[in-house]
This record gives sequence, structure tokens and C-alpha cells, in this order.
Amino acid sequence: MIRFIAWRLAQFPLVLAIIYLITFMLAWVAPGSPFDRTERKVPQAVLNQMEEEYHARHWYQFLAYYPVRVLTTGDFGPSMAYLDWSVNDILKAALPVSMAVGFAALGIAITMGSILGVLAAVRRDGVFDYVSLAMALVGISLPGFVAASVLLAVFSDTLGWFPSGGWGTWRQLVLPATALSLLPMAYIARLSRAAMLDTLGSDFVRTARAKGLSRGKVVWKHAFRIAFLPVFSYLGPAAAETLTGSFVVEQVFNLPGLGQHFVNAVINRDQTLILGTVMVYSTFLLTLNLLVDIGYAFIDPRIDVTAGG
Amino acid sequence: MSSRNEIFASARIRIGGGTLLLMLLACLATLPWTTNSNSVLYFDHQDRHASELPPAIAPAWMAFGTDRLGHGLLALCLIGGAISLTVGIAAAAISVFVGVAVGLLAGYRGGWVDGLLMRTVDILYGLPYILLVILLRIALEDPLRDHLFHGLASAANLVVLFMAIGLVSWLEMARVVRGQVLSLRTMPFIEAAHATGAGQMRIFLRHLLPNLVSPITVCATLTIPRAILQESFLSFLGIGVQAPLPTWGSLAAAGLLPALNPIHWRWWLLAFPCILLAVTLLSLNFLGDGLRDLFDPKRETAKL
Repeated sequence: MIRFIAWRLAQFPLVLAIIYLITFMLAWVAPGSPFDRTERKVPQAVLNQMEEEYHARHWYQFLAYYPVRVLTTGDFGPSMAYLDWSVNDILKAALPVSMAVGFAALGIAITMGSILGVLAAVRRDGVFDYVSLAMALVGISLPGFVAASVLLAVFSDTLGWFPSGGWGTWRQLVLPATALSLLPMAYIARLSRAAMLDTLGSDFVRTARAKGLSRGKVVWKHAFRIAFLPVFSYLGPAAAETLTGSFVVEQVFNLPGLGQHFVNAVINRDQTLILGTVMVYSTFLLTLNLLVDIGYAFIDPRIDVTAGG
Repeated sequence: MSSRNEIFASARIRIGGGTLLLMLLACLATLPWTTNSNSVLYFDHQDRHASELPPAIAPAWMAFGTDRLGHGLLALCLIGGAISLTVGIAAAAISVFVGVAVGLLAGYRGGWVDGLLMRTVDILYGLPYILLVILLRIALEDPLRDHLFHGLASAANLVVLFMAIGLVSWLEMARVVRGQVLSLRTMPFIEAAHATGAGQMRIFLRHLLPNLVSPITVCATLTIPRAILQESFLSFLGIGVQAPLPTWGSLAAAGLLPALNPIHWRWWLLAFPCILLAVTLLSLNFLGDGLRDLFDPKRETAKL
């Protein structure tokens, strides 16, 4: 167990380094470096500042110098499109927004999704069963931006229950977090429903019922623990899903989050900002995956997490 | 003898496959008209006086209504469907080639080859794929347009999009194929083939590959809807297929504002692309799940 955690922790910087290299190559080298490209010129002021800060004239000097600098000072340098901003300033302003929406969405998805799934399994072919099925069908057949926009139109424009965008109060968090949670929630509901159906048919559930425990106690205390396992292993992909969805949700609800900055950075060819956002995203995702793997080993010690594949 | 499960599976395959075939036929068979600038069904055919008209029966090209510039939505949906479906099929094709090659190699060679390839897959899996798609698209587009397509922007745009989406969709395939090969490798019939003196190539092609056809088919079928959704996502962010060429995703994205405007409600601009998209994606998922159940009836899948 300790060996496994140590091994995964040792891999962590390596994986980040590889991601850095891939991103650097894609963002920097292929379309022409900011030092020598012809179209979409970087402002001279930024170039001068870059040269002063990085002592670099060419991308290959930059490739070596930049990560050392980022690692030693924790500073991603100046943005290449927004003149007076450093990448760190942008990340610092945007990260809390994205994190609040993302974690709220994950929380809603996990709690609501597993409750929905268990209810769907306990009352098979009941209302909850069809609700979760309908959500899953909508989730796989419609792009996320349509669902988010429809939510916005119904609950904000028509009913006026929540503000349509912006950031600052908890009321402005409700709609984006709900929109973002829909797809993972549907998946979790279906996953926990299937696992619950399996578990409810097993011997230990019958035994627990036979010794006189109430139905609710058996379902929630005994069966649910087992049925939560597949949900737990889905948390990694769910986090990735939430991250992808956040681009759309931030756009629809006009939130000043990280996703907007990433998309704009790519369109503006703001290389330092691209690197900064990708590194932040990957660190988050890798950490979450690591935590899920470790947690999984604790929940079910039979699973050999050290085996590859 | 066919069990209840099998009947369900074949019904799903027939419904899913039939709907899909209809969609494909409708979009592809009309291409001669939608790409011909003299036809009324030409996708870029504009009528200034027919801006944002609701669906009508009288002139056939207005069956789905018109957009702000007076394009017939029917023609846009048809050619958009052709492009969306091509994006999906191209992604599936790339995932079959790359994913199967990687999976076969990793599973069959084992050892450090397996370790290296599967760790690569793990890393790419851990990356948010959408970052890769976006970066690939931006990185490849300019060089391709300048060097390969001699400045033909829309061709370069399409090809890059196919490649970018395809290059992130082979991971699942590689894992599936590797797992299958690992379990096949230890089976007696492979050992028997070794014992009779069959060469590596023969074992690969005659003994392994036929046993892989069904998981590959299932995986490829399920790759198509994912790729189509990814394209619509990129279109929404403004980095998908570029105008004037439409896709179902870009049409739906463009229809959002007019269709959800509570004062002036132009529902058809969102409804038609979304219905076509949803029907296609559902039928693909139906087909894929049905195939999986048919090929592997023992496995109880978590059906959606």
C-alpha cells in the first residue's frame, strides 16, 4: 500500500513534465513561436519584457528556461495577449470561480446521483427509474450547451428564480452548478442503480432482512456501501467530464472562470497563459485521480491497484 | 435458440441501425443538390426576403424554416449532417487503426513495450481530452493550410478537425483490444497454433484478429457519437468547423440565442438540428449496446 502510494507520487512530476512538453510543443513550436512569427504579432512591449525576463530569443532557449523558472519562482510570467497581466494574476482571479462551480457540481452529482440511483433500483420501473433513464438519454444525445441554455431560459429568463449570469452571490452559483452536474449525475444514477440491483439480490442482503432489520436500514447501511464502489471509481472520469463541461457552462452563464481564459488563450495564441491553464487543470485532474485510486484501495482491499492496465 | 436478451439485442440493432442508415442516406444522397450552387437546396443559397421564416410546406427548401440570412435550414441540416457523420466516422476509423495497433502490440508483446504503451495511454487518459483537441486543432491548422492545401482554408479546417478528434479517441480502443489480447494469449488454441509451428504473423492475422472483430466493432460504433458531440462542443466554443460550412453542432449552437429568446421565439433554428443530432446519437448508442449484448450475452451491462 505504502509502496503503491510512493510509486504514484513519484510518477506525478514525471507525468506533469510530459504534459508540459506536449503542451509546449503544441502551443509554441507548431504555429511559430512568439519570437519569430509573422501573423498575429505579439506586441513589442511584451517581447521586450519576455527577453528581459527569460533571457531568451528563441523557443528552444525558452523551452529549457521557462520550466526552471516556473518551478523555482512559481511564476508563469507575463501574459502574451493581456498587456498588463501576469498569468499568475489571471489564474488567481479565475481559479476560485471554476473551483466553486466545479466542486459544487461534483457534490450535487454524487449525492443526487446516488440517491436517484438507489431509489430507481429499490422501486424498479418507478418514477425515479424513468427520471434517471430520461436524464441519461438526454445526456448522451444532446450537447451540454443546449441543456445549460435551456436551464438558463427556463429558470432565469422565464421564471426569474435565479440571476442569468455573473459572479458573487450563492444564487449565481445555483444554475451553473446544476447545469454542470447533470451529465455526471445521470451516469452516477445509472451506475449506482445497476450496482444496487446486483447487491439487493445477493445473500447477505437476504440474511440482513431475515434477521429482522428494516428495509431502509438494509438498503442504505448494508447494500449502499457495496453499490457505491462503481460510483467511486467513476469519480476520475466524472472530474474530467466536469472540467470539460465547465468551458461550456462558463460561456453560457458568463462566469469569469478558467475555461474562458483557456479558450481565449488558445484563440489569441497566448502561449504562457495556455501553459499556465493546462498545468493547473492537469494538476487538479491528476491529484483527484490519485486520491480516487488510493481511496479505492482503502475501501476494497481486495483490489490490486498496483497491477497495470 | 434465442434467449430473451438476444431478442432485445437484435431489436436494438435493427432499430438503431435502421435509423442510422436512414440518416446517412438522407444526408449523403442529397449531397449532389446541397453542394450544387444552381440548386434551390444549395446550402449557401440565400434569399434576402426570406429571413427567419418559420417552417412552411409550400417551397420545399423552406420545410425547416430559414435563418437570419435567408438560408434554408433544411439544406443546412442535410449538409451539416453529412459533415457531422463524417467527423464521427473519421474518428472511428482513426481509432480503429491506431487503437488496434497499439492494443495488439501492447497485449501481444507484453513486457516493457506493454508498460510503455499503456502508461502513455494512462497519461493521455488523465489529460482532459478537450485540451488536446483544441491544442491539436490550433497547432496543425496553419501549417496544413499553407503547405498541404495551398491556402484552401475550409479543407484544412475539416481535415484538422477529423485528425484532432480522431487522435484523442483511440485510447478506449487500445485498452479494450489489449485486454482482449491478454486473455486470448493464454488460451489453448493459441498455444496449439504455436505448437503446430505457425508464425507470428499467421497467429496474429488468422487466430487473434478474428476474435477481436466484435469488441472492435462495438468500440468503434460507440466512438462515433462521442466524436460528433466533441465536434459540437468545439463549434459552440467557436473553434469547430468554420462558416459557411455547417454541422449539426454548429447549427444548434447558432440557434441557441434566437430559439431561447422569450420575446421573439424562433424555435425551429434550435429544434431541427437538435432533433436530428439526438436521433442519430441515440441510434448509434442503441446499435453499439445491442451489438455488445449480442456478441457478449453473458456480460450484464449497465444499460442506459
